[in-house]
Amino acid sequence: MNKKSSYQLMQGNEAAAEGALAAGVSFFAGYPITPSTEIAEILADRLPANGGKFIQMEDEIGSIAAIIGASIGGCKALTATSGPGFSLMQENLGFACLAEIPLVIVNVMRGGPSTGMPTSPSQGDVMQARWGTHGDHPIIVLTPSSVEEAFHYTVKAVNFAEKYRNPVIVLMDEVIGHMRARVSLPPESMVERVNRVQPNMPPEWYLPYERSATGVAPMASFGDGYRYHVTGLVHDAKGFPTANPNESRDNIRGLFTKIERGFRELCIVDYEQMDDAEHAIVAYGCMVLSARSALEQLRSSGRKVGLIKLGTLWPFPRFALEHYLPQLKTILVPELNMGQIYREVLRVNAGKAVIEKLNRVNGTIITPNEIVKTVKGMTR
Amino acid sequence: MSQTRIEIRLAGSGGQGLITAGIILAEAAIFDNKNVVQSQSYGPEARGGASRAEIIIADGPIFFPKATWVDIFLAMSQKACDQYSFDIKTGGVFIVDTTYVRQIPTSSAMAIPITSATRDKFGTELFSNIVALGIICETCGVVSAKALRAAISNRVPDGTEKINLQAFNFGQGLAKETIKNNNGVEAEVIEADT
Repeated sequence: MNKKSSYQLMQGNEAAAEGALAAGVSFFAGYPITPSTEIAEILADRLPANGGKFIQMEDEIGSIAAIIGASIGGCKALTATSGPGFSLMQENLGFACLAEIPLVIVNVMRGGPSTGMPTSPSQGDVMQARWGTHGDHPIIVLTPSSVEEAFHYTVKAVNFAEKYRNPVIVLMDEVIGHMRARVSLPPESMVERVNRVQPNMPPEWYLPYERSATGVAPMASFGDGYRYHVTGLVHDAKGFPTANPNESRDNIRGLFTKIERGFRELCIVDYEQMDDAEHAIVAYGCMVLSARSALEQLRSSGRKVGLIKLGTLWPFPRFALEHYLPQLKTILVPELNMGQIYREVLRVNAGKAVIEKLNRVNGTIITPNEIVKTVKGMTR
Repeated sequence: MSQTRIEIRLAGSGGQGLITAGIILAEAAIFDNKNVVQSQSYGPEARGGASRAEIIIADGPIFFPKATWVDIFLAMSQKACDQYSFDIKTGGVFIVDTTYVRQIPTSSAMAIPITSATRDKFGTELFSNIVALGIICETCGVVSAKALRAAISNRVPDGTEKINLQAFNFGQGLAKETIKNNNGVEAEVIEADT
C-alpha cells in the first residue's frame, strides 16, 4: 500500500462494511445476493478476525431472525441484502419494529420487481423500505450518495438503531454500492459510537418497555440477569401481550413518539447552491452525482438552480423543502423508479411550486444532460 | 466541464479481468495523486456476459461516475467493440484486441492481438488484462508506469506479482512495437480538454 497518502481506493459496499466495523458491529448474519455480496464477503473475513461473529444463513428470513437474536443478546448486529432478500425480511422487520430491537439492514437496490435486474441500479425500494412490513410503524431509512457516505451513513445507522431501539435501513443503489472512489476515512478513534441504554435498576424492578424521558426504554441484554418477555404481539410495559386499549395505544404511539422526538437529528439533508436558488433538484443516492454535474452546467448557463440532497428518506425531511418552498418556482425530482420520492415532494409542496419528475427504470443511470435538458425546459 | 476529466472504458466479456484492470488503473491514479472514480457494468453471468469497467480520472472533483465522452477505449470482444465504441471522443485512443475483434469500426484504432500474444508469450491468457494495462500506459500516459506497477503488485494475488509485472512490461513492449510499425494511431499523451 502507498504509505504517503491517507487516500485509498474503496468500493461503496466495502465502505459500508468498514462503517459497520467502525460503529462496533460484532454480528453479521446474511445470505449473499448481488449487488450487496461484497459486504458479506468482507465481514466474513474481518468480523471473526476481530472477535465478532459471521454466519451465512439458509436464507434472508433466517438472516434477519439471527440478527434480532444477536441484538437481544447485546450485540450490534447488521445484515446486507438486495430487493428479493429484503422482501423476505419484511415479516421479521415488523417484529423488530414492534419489539424495538436495534438492528441495521443494508439494502443495495437492484432493478425489480422479483429477481429483476440483479446487476443494474434502481431506487425502486424506497416505499418498500417505508411500508414493506405491515401495520403502522415508523422506520429510519438513510441513503448514501458517495462511497464516503456509505461509510458514514452505516455508522450513523448503527448509532440511530442503538439510540432509538429501532431497525434502521441503509438504502444504497447499485451505483454507490459498486462504485470505487478515492476516499479518506477517519481513524476508528474519531468515529462516534452510540450504545443502547442499559437498565441500572435491579432485575426484579426492570420493566423492559417502560419508556424513559427520552421515549426509549432501557434495553437489557439476554444473559445479563434481567428476565423479560419479547413478543410480536402488542404488549404492555412488562413485555406481555395485552388487549387493553390504553396499553395498546401506548405501545403503538410510543413507537412513533420516539422517532418524532428525534426527527431533527434523524433527518440528514445537505443543500448545495440553494441560497439564491429559484429552482431546485431534489435528489438522493446516485442521482445526486448526476444532479451535481447538471447543476454545474446549469449554473454556468446562468440559471439559479440548487440541489437539495436527501441523506434521510424516512422519516421524510419535510422541513428541508418547506424552508425553501417560498423562494422556489420549480422542483425536479430525478429518480431511478417511477416517482416514489416525487410523491412525497408533491405532498409537502401542497401546490406551491411546479414539481416535475424524471424517471428511468431501464437499469441505467439518468445522465447529467437529461437533467440539464429537463430543468431548462422547466425554467424557460 | 472546467477541470481535466479523462474517461477510460475497458470493455469485453466476463472473465477477461477487465474489472480488475479497471480497479488497478483507478488505484494507480490515486498513487499519482489524482482523483478517480471507477464503476462497472456486467451481466448476471459469472463468465461470458458483457463486462465493462469505466474509470474517470481528474485533478478536481468528479461528479458523474460514468463515462459519457470517452478518451480511451479498450475493446476485448467484438460485441463490446460494436456496442460501446459510439461515444469515443474524436481523437481519442481506441485499442482493440484483434484476437476477438474482427471488424474494427475505424482505421484509427490501435489493433493488437492482445490475448493471442499473451498466450504465445506466457502459455496462458490469464494475464491479458495486465498486458492491456501495459499497452494503455505506453500509449496514453494517463497514469504513470510507476504507479501502475505499484497498483498491480498491490492488487494481484500473492505470489503472482512478478509474472504480472512481466506481463505489464510485455504490454508496454507490444505498444511500442505497434507504434514503431506505424500500425495504428500515433502515440501521444492525451491533452487536457480545457
